[in-house]
Amino acid sequence: MIAVPVAPNRATRAWRGLNTDTAVIYGVLALVALISWGLILANGGQINLANTLVRSVALGMVAVGQTLVILGGSLDLSVAYQISVTAVMASYVMQGDPNRMLLGIGVVIAIGIAIGLANGLIITGLGVNPFITTLGMALILRGVLNSSFDNFAGAVPAEFQVLGYGGIGPLPYSVLLFLAVVVFAWFLLRHTRFGHHLYAVGGSEETARLSGVRSARVLIGAHVFCSLTCVLTGLFIVSRLGAGAPWVGPDGNYDLESIAAVVLGGTALSGGKGGVLGTVAGVLILALLDNLFNQLEVNTYLKDVLRGVIIVAAVAAYSLRSHRSRA
Amino acid sequence: MISTSTTTGFEQELTSSWQERLLRGVRGTAPIFVVLIGLLVWIAILNPNFTEPQVFLAFLKRAAPLMILAAGQLFVIVSGEFDLSVGSLITAVVVAAAGLTEGDPNRTWWVVTALFGLGILVGLINGIVTTRLYVPSFITTLGMLLILQGAVLYWSGGAPRGSLPDNFRVFGRRGIEDIPVIEQLPYSVIILVVVGVVAVLLLHRTTFGKQLFAAGGNPRAAALSGVDVPLVRTLAFVLSGISAVIAGILVGGFAGISQDAGAGYEFQAISAVVLGGAALGGGRGSMVAVMAGALALEALFTLLNLLGLPKPLRDAVQGLIIIGAVAYAAYRLRRAR
Repeated sequence: MIAVPVAPNRATRAWRGLNTDTAVIYGVLALVALISWGLILANGGQINLANTLVRSVALGMVAVGQTLVILGGSLDLSVAYQISVTAVMASYVMQGDPNRMLLGIGVVIAIGIAIGLANGLIITGLGVNPFITTLGMALILRGVLNSSFDNFAGAVPAEFQVLGYGGIGPLPYSVLLFLAVVVFAWFLLRHTRFGHHLYAVGGSEETARLSGVRSARVLIGAHVFCSLTCVLTGLFIVSRLGAGAPWVGPDGNYDLESIAAVVLGGTALSGGKGGVLGTVAGVLILALLDNLFNQLEVNTYLKDVLRGVIIVAAVAAYSLRSHRSRA
Repeated sequence: MISTSTTTGFEQELTSSWQERLLRGVRGTAPIFVVLIGLLVWIAILNPNFTEPQVFLAFLKRAAPLMILAAGQLFVIVSGEFDLSVGSLITAVVVAAAGLTEGDPNRTWWVVTALFGLGILVGLINGIVTTRLYVPSFITTLGMLLILQGAVLYWSGGAPRGSLPDNFRVFGRRGIEDIPVIEQLPYSVIILVVVGVVAVLLLHRTTFGKQLFAAGGNPRAAALSGVDVPLVRTLAFVLSGISAVIAGILVGGFAGISQDAGAGYEFQAISAVVLGGAALGGGRGSMVAVMAGALALEALFTLLNLLGLPKPLRDAVQGLIIIGAVAYAAYRLRRAR
C-alpha cells in the first residue's frame, strides 16, 4: 500500500505557519513571567499586570515601528527625538485648549510623516547608510528641539489625558491602541504585498530589486510607518505627563531599548527575518524585568548591568540555536 | 543594512610607480582632506592666532582622544563589526582611575596597567561574544555599554570619588617644555603620533591588516582562504578597547573626573570613521583618512564654537554635515563605477 500524503488541513498549516522561533520566544517570555512573579510573590510583593502593560505601551508602539525598518534591513536611531518632537509639539500646539486637540494631532502626524520620508529618502535616494542617516537625524532633531524649547512647553487638555489614564472597563485605552498597532502591523506584514516585499528587501535588497520590487518605495514606507509609531508613543507619553519636554524621548532611552526589544523578539538585525509578535514578547520581557527589579528594589545602576547581561545572553541563545540548526 | 560597496583595497597595491600610487591615494580619499583644510582655513580666518604653533598644538591636544578612538574603531569597522562600548569604557577608565589612585601618585603605574587590562578584557569579551556566540556586534557592544555604564555608576554610587594624581594627569595636560618655536610639545600629541603610525602600519602594512580587510569584505571567502575570521575580529575589538583606554587617560588628564566623561564618544568615533570614507559593513577604509575625519570633526566643533552658535544648533549642524558628507561620498562612489 502506498501511503497517500494527506494535504494538511487549515489548522495544521496555521500551526506550522506560526514559526517555531516565535514559539521559543513566547516560551522564554512565559519563563521570565513565572520566575519574576514567583520572586515577587516570595518577597511579599504584588503583581500588577495592568501596570506592566501600560508601561509596555510606550516602548511597545515604537518597537513595532522599529521592527518594520529592521525587517527591511534598515534601522532608526532617531526615534527617541522623534518622540520628544511629538510630545513637545502636541502640547505646544494644543495649549490646554480642547478645541485645538485635532489641530495638535494633525500637526504631529504631519511632522512624523515628514521625518519618516526624510529618513527614507536620504537612505534610498542619496545612498547614505541608515545608521549614519538616522544618527544625523537624531542630532538635527535634538539641536532644533533644544534651541527652541528648554522646558515643558504648553499643555495638553484634560480631555486628551483620557488616552493615558482612561479605559473601557478594566482595559486602558492605551493598551487597546497598542494592540491595534500590533494587529495592523501584523496584518501589513503577513497579508499585504507591502509586507512580503519588505521581507524580500530585507533579505537581499539587490535580489528584490532585480525581481521587480520597488525596494526604495518599500523602505521609505517602512520608515514612514516607524515615524508614525513614534508619533503615537509621543502622544501617549504627553497624555500621561500633561505636557511635553525635549528630554522625554532620550530619557526613556527609546532608541536603543526599541532595538533591543526587536532583537530580543528574535528579529534579525541584518533584516528579512522576524516579525512583530516576537517584538511584543521582547517588550513584555523588558517590562517584566523592570517590574521585577523595582519590586525587589534592585539598585538603579545595577539594573543597567543586569539588563545588559540579559539582552546579550538572550540574543546569544537565539543565535546559537539558529546557527546550530543551519549547520 | 544596505552596504554601498564591498571593494577591497587590493587593487591599489598593484599599481606601478609611487607617483601613480600617490595620485590614486589622493584621488581616492581626497574629500575629507579638502574638508579638513577648508575647516582649518576658515578657523584661521576667524581666529588668526590659530596659525601660531602653540594654539594649533593645543587644538591637536584636544583632538587627540577622538583621533585615537577613531583609529581603534576603524579596525573593528573594517572587519565588518561595530563597537558602541568605547564611550562608556572611557568613562569607566576616568572614574576607575580616580577611585583606584585616590590622588596617590605612587599608585599611578599599576592603575594604568590595570586599566589597559580592563580595555583588553572588554575587547576580548566583545570579540568572543560576537564571533563565538554569534551575537550581532551592535547588540554585544550595546550590552557592554549598559554593563560598563551601570557598573561605573554602581561602584561610584552615582558620584565619582577620589581624584587623579598629577603624574596621571600629565599625559593629557602637560608636555615637553622649553622647546624653541613651539615652546611646549604636549605629551598627548606625541602619543597621538605614535598611535597613528602604529595604527597605519598595522592596518595597511601587515598580514593582520590584510586579513581584517578580507574578513570585512567577504567573511566566507576569507575563511575559505585560511583567515581565522573570529580571531582577527576579536583582535580588532581588543585594539578598539586599548584605544579607548588611551583616549580615556588623555580625557581624564585634561577634562578631569566626570560621570559622563565619555558620553557620545562612540557615535563621534563612528561618524569620524564614516567621514574618513570607510564603509560601515566592512572591507574598505584608510587609517590616515579616518584620523583626518576625526580631526575634521573636532575642527567643526571648534569652528561652530567660534561662530558663536549655541550648543543645540551645533548638534543640528553636525548632523547635517555628517549626512551631507556621506551622501557626497556615496555619490562619488556611484559615479566612479
